[in-house]
Amino acid sequence: MTVTDNGVNVQALLDAREALKGAPEAARFTWRATSKWDRGVHCTTTIENFYGLGAEQSHKAKSEFAADHPEVFAAEDNGITPIEYLLVGLASCLTAGVASVAQNRGIQLRSVTAVVEGNHDIRGILGDPDVRNGYNDIKVTFDIDADASKEDIEAIVAQSQKRSAVFDALTNPTDVTVEVA
Amino acid sequence: MGDSVTTVVVGAGHAGLAASHFLRRRGIDHVVLERGQVANSWRTERWDSLRLLTPNWLSRLPGLDYDGDDPDGYMTMDEVVAFIERFAAGAPVRTGVNVTSVRRTGEGFAVGDLRCRSVVIATGACNVPVVPDFGDLGVPQVTPFGYRNPDRLPDGGVLVVGASATGVQIAAELRRAGRQVVLSVGEHTRMPRRHRGRDVLWWMHESGLWAQRYDEVEDLDRARRLPSPQLAGGADVDLNTLTEAGVELVGRLATVRDGWALFSGGLRNVCSLADLKANRMLAGFDEWAGLTGRVVLEPTRVPAKPRLRLDLGSGEIGTIVWATGFRPDHSWLQVPVLDEKGRLRHDGGVTEVPGLYALGLPVLRRRRSTFLHGIEDDARYVVDHLVRTLSGTPGRPESEAGSTLGWNGHGSGDIVSPR
Repeated sequence: MTVTDNGVNVQALLDAREALKGAPEAARFTWRATSKWDRGVHCTTTIENFYGLGAEQSHKAKSEFAADHPEVFAAEDNGITPIEYLLVGLASCLTAGVASVAQNRGIQLRSVTAVVEGNHDIRGILGDPDVRNGYNDIKVTFDIDADASKEDIEAIVAQSQKRSAVFDALTNPTDVTVEVA
Repeated sequence: MGDSVTTVVVGAGHAGLAASHFLRRRGIDHVVLERGQVANSWRTERWDSLRLLTPNWLSRLPGLDYDGDDPDGYMTMDEVVAFIERFAAGAPVRTGVNVTSVRRTGEGFAVGDLRCRSVVIATGACNVPVVPDFGDLGVPQVTPFGYRNPDRLPDGGVLVVGASATGVQIAAELRRAGRQVVLSVGEHTRMPRRHRGRDVLWWMHESGLWAQRYDEVEDLDRARRLPSPQLAGGADVDLNTLTEAGVELVGRLATVRDGWALFSGGLRNVCSLADLKANRMLAGFDEWAGLTGRVVLEPTRVPAKPRLRLDLGSGEIGTIVWATGFRPDHSWLQVPVLDEKGRLRHDGGVTEVPGLYALGLPVLRRRRSTFLHGIEDDARYVVDHLVRTLSGTPGRPESEAGSTLGWNGHGSGDIVSPR
């Protein structure tokens, strides 16, 4: 019998779930990003530290993300559009979920590709009060090659959505506070 | 009161009366305390049209089988009350006694002023409707305890929140009465009333799945939390039949902001999950029966553009029905056996406090624990354990049979325990 190895340490996750049952405080994480305006609609966001397990934590390395707008928006296109970062988040989160659920179910993945498309009517951000600012809808299409039936693969993808932080954040309202320090 | 008895059973529903049945057989001096009348919840906390989810031939209690002339029918609430009243004959029930405290004493327990050596909690799993708090919504609201029939609701459209057994039944009934109905759908358990011509509960029963014991269930925590299935006594109710009838489906009610109800954009996925699980359950039945050729349910039809928000102040919605589940009430229990989420900690009905037992909770000892016919094995075991503890030889009674017919557990994590 071959051992399923998608590179996900499912046992550690299951152990963490057990451990956190007795320590809900440790489960409270705060993720942080710091963004600095460069010029025009270009800014650079840095992510390095976060809080969790009752203490300050750091990523192995600092990451920088440039955001700008494309030339058709009369911008310099120094980076992707902020709303595209939502697609990055959604695709990565669902894909991570697919790998984890597959690992937990003993299904070996060979390849996973997700195409994410968000439909956006930009009249909203240009001031049309009848059009919303954000996405009208988002479609994710997974192409998965794995040792499993179509039904099992569909079940993995469904379970991945069920447990996805970003899917939840995009499909449910979140209370957002913006202040000037 | 101020007197004493060996055992107090709290609650004279079918579970408490089943405990009494076995306590009488074992000659244990006991009383059954009941806040109202026998079968109180069935009398006072159910809507008019509700019928039992289990067919009559399956509706049996220890020593009392259904003996009417409609074995394939589903009992009305009046019939359920009458059935339980028959079962109560000979039980030492004290009605109109509201238990407000159970404390430990040196010798056992004090139930109010009544002293005893052991207590069986049989107060039910559905004492309090769970209603999310979104503040003042400016719209009349009702829980399933207050809902009786469509005529008693204020005029106008109805937002039914929750698509388990209660929500789908009430949505269907309101729509039949001509109401505009919006149904907010979160995670749910799809279950066709019939599979290959037989009641789906026949399959649950005959395959042995329903008899699966709590210590054989893969994810017990989850099995105990599963939403009740989209079933109705006798009628076909699922999201597709509701859509055909003109009910509008929206996602889970996420919050209410500035007078607008905001619904989750995850409706499609909760429907996919429910479809996959239901099909897996049916495949499991077929596998058990050695049948080939899959019967696959019609996929749930999700609106192309489900509404994400609804203005509660527009007048479109005249009433909100909260079909968002129930929880037991153990607030009167002054014995530290509740977990961090307020749920009773027990091992198949046996709490860690010697002499304190529970019956009638979801998947207490078997998947069928909360159904009428599920109480017999549970009550027999719990009373056996209780008698051993009283006699000073505590320990597990003789082992019970596990799943009777070798259900292999395929997809069993998805099967439901109803209310």
